[in-house]
Amino acid sequence: MQLVTTILLDGLIDASWIFIVAVGLTLIFGVLNVLNLAHGNFYAIGAYVAATVAGWYYASGDNPPAFGLVLMLGSSMLVAGILGPLLERGLLRFLYERDEVILVLVTYALFLILEDATKLIWGVNPYYAYDPYSLFGDLKVYGLTYVGYDLMLIVFAIFAGIILWLGLNRTKSGKLVLAVIHDRDMSSALGINVTRIFVIAFTIGVFLAAIGGAITAPKISVQPGLAVTVVLLSFAVVVIGGLGSIEGAAIAALVVGLSRSLAIHLWPSAELFIVYLVMALMLAIKPQGMFGAVQLRKI
Amino acid sequence: MSAILDVRNLRKSFGAITAADDISVTINAGERVGLIGTNGAGKTTFVNMVTGYLRADGGSIVLRGADISGKSPREIARAGVCRSFQIPQLFLSLTTEENLIIALGISSGEALRPFAGTGSPVLVASLDDLLTRYRLQEFRHRVVSELPGGVRKLLDIAVSVTRGPSLLLLDEPTSGVAAEQKFDLMDIVVNALPKDVTVLFVEHDMDIVSRYSTRVLAFYDGRIISDGPSDVVLQDSRVKSFITGAPN
Amino acid sequence: MTNTKIILAATATLAALLALGPFLPGWATFLGAVALAKGITALGLVVMLRSGLLSFGQGLFYCVGGYGAGLLMLWGDVTNAVVLVIAGGLSGLVAGLLIGPLLAGYRKIFFATLTLALSMLVHGALTKADILGGSDGLNLRPPTFFGLEQTTGLSPVFAIYALACVIAVASACLLRIHFRSVRGLLSLGVKDNEIRVEYLGTSVRRAIFENYVVAAFLAGMGGALNALVLGHIDPELAFWTTSGEFVFVAILAGQVSVVAIFVASILLELVRSFSSQHFPNAWQMTLGIFMLTVILFMPNGIGALLQRRRGSKIAQGEAP
Repeated sequence: MQLVTTILLDGLIDASWIFIVAVGLTLIFGVLNVLNLAHGNFYAIGAYVAATVAGWYYASGDNPPAFGLVLMLGSSMLVAGILGPLLERGLLRFLYERDEVILVLVTYALFLILEDATKLIWGVNPYYAYDPYSLFGDLKVYGLTYVGYDLMLIVFAIFAGIILWLGLNRTKSGKLVLAVIHDRDMSSALGINVTRIFVIAFTIGVFLAAIGGAITAPKISVQPGLAVTVVLLSFAVVVIGGLGSIEGAAIAALVVGLSRSLAIHLWPSAELFIVYLVMALMLAIKPQGMFGAVQLRKI
Repeated sequence: MSAILDVRNLRKSFGAITAADDISVTINAGERVGLIGTNGAGKTTFVNMVTGYLRADGGSIVLRGADISGKSPREIARAGVCRSFQIPQLFLSLTTEENLIIALGISSGEALRPFAGTGSPVLVASLDDLLTRYRLQEFRHRVVSELPGGVRKLLDIAVSVTRGPSLLLLDEPTSGVAAEQKFDLMDIVVNALPKDVTVLFVEHDMDIVSRYSTRVLAFYDGRIISDGPSDVVLQDSRVKSFITGAPN
Repeated sequence: MTNTKIILAATATLAALLALGPFLPGWATFLGAVALAKGITALGLVVMLRSGLLSFGQGLFYCVGGYGAGLLMLWGDVTNAVVLVIAGGLSGLVAGLLIGPLLAGYRKIFFATLTLALSMLVHGALTKADILGGSDGLNLRPPTFFGLEQTTGLSPVFAIYALACVIAVASACLLRIHFRSVRGLLSLGVKDNEIRVEYLGTSVRRAIFENYVVAAFLAGMGGALNALVLGHIDPELAFWTTSGEFVFVAILAGQVSVVAIFVASILLELVRSFSSQHFPNAWQMTLGIFMLTVILFMPNGIGALLQRRRGSKIAQGEAP
């Protein structure tokens, strides 16, 4: 029973941060048709910024610990808010006319650039931001002790998902975004300012990745290599859930989180392998993913 | 006259819409048959089922004794049924010549060999022949995306006959072509085709139908409401009221 | 260029490359051999690109080829370089035959993501396969060349370089001839309008499958060559970033010239080598900036530049 609980809870916690990051990736793909291979780097940047801020904040005297977390999140959101529009307007928009594959290569080039950029700015040694981790105390579940922060992550992810869903389905701007996801040309013909939607969607996507990084920073050691792990995971989630689908990302994140958890507890060597196995199976059986908004393979 | 195409009890529905309602018809070799009807009457569905684009819900399609119902477009093409398209289906990024070479290569099997060049005498001779017969010589080296609509139609038809089909289906060969050029186009096509090819063509222009067909099938509401020599069918009162709108 | 001219040009190029070899410094022959190995893989990718599909997982065959050759050497005691490279190619070919049928039904982003996923599966499996060296991989012994390396005192690096030249030139020559053949035009047709191809009576799936197997064979040989040059095989060969580089070489080369592929590959290796030497902490960034520059300012790749200089037009049969 304990093992089951462990696997489930660990999987759920994993799924939470993976969802936040992956939903950003799926949104970017759904709206801009860009498979953002640099998505993991925004996560990493979010984590690094948060860790740096945490470092200053908690070192300088007796500051209220909760506010530190707010600052961490806020600062990474700020950086994302600058980077997003900058990259979209400054680079991506010149390439929308080109083949979607070229755009993948561009994000791949961005990945390479940002990988080294983060190394140059923050160095290669790990950063730690443990301080907020104890903010929520501990919780006993079936005799196991769980850190409150981790469980808060689950709540945070659900909250983020709901806000995102409401934002997309219940606000006017949100519906415009959905329209563009569904049919870009038609939306443009109807007078929707697709350019603006692009900037918004890309920024929100980057935003979510950065928040994912900031909020996980207290749990991990922030170091080079994060970006690659994260992009591979979120990529798998997006493909399994269906490119461009929020609901898909949620369910797929659960699938991926639980698979990883299963692997870690029962068959440690298979951790990333199992994720890619699920992805390959999904592609083979239902290539548009669970709720794919993108068209099917041809023939 | 031998039957080349024998369709029996063909049925097709799209949800609540019946596009083919128990259609039976026999086409004989060498006939030039016009298929007329308003939009949604079922003529294109009929063509699509015969060429394998759609699978019928029921009934049979027999080509020279062989059952082709439910087969893929590829298999049906190999069996000797080829078609042209309302919107010409061509390789837009390639030249006229290259389009024909690919078509010729596929029909002769040369396209299956890894190094067979484009200069074989047989290929070159067939290519020149097609270019001449379909008046495409001056467009030979032009990329298809730059060609005017009428030329693309001719090329689409030329491409579809490379196999030497026994049955050719033309889907609205003159649609989108300027009125004054329609006759020219059909003249070229009719003169270019070997005499023994059976042709079914879907058309909305009744002048074209009366001039180039020997027999007309009139479709309405998924059924063939009239089938006979063109002058007879076009004068049929039901055809007039449902399709051509000509005064009685 | 007629087929005879292509063959003559190829022979001349090969002769030039071999003659040049002994005068090149060791690092240059080494780099050249690696660049040619990767170029051969990218050439396979171009074969696929011509039928409209981009594989983001050629690393799978590159890796399988490397391991095929490597294991044959370590477990089968085969050291003959030619045999090993052919074995690598065949390993790739078999892998291609196995997964080709699955992949031939996919297009565009789904094709790209599936190839990536399969490649990462291989990477994952190899990383955990301790018997195959796990994530550290395996070290290989120097290959032999029919005993010639003893009799003629050839430097081992030059010998592999020479083998790479032969395979690269031969593949390039054969594929150049293939690209201007009817079957080569058919690939372009498949890319342009699959419906028309099917209605003309031939199978699109089959055409794509054939191209894929050829690409797998080439990548397998490339992987084997690479393994022999480096004397090492590891799962990184199947990592998605490796596949990304092949894609970049193909894009950098452009769709026009086969020679451009190898020029692009050499360029990429030079940039990588230069940057990892002079800015070891920023060589990825340099690569990335280089890629972006090419994508933004040279959309038709190097090949377009080469073609323009020669003044030839993209006439029928000339374009790959």
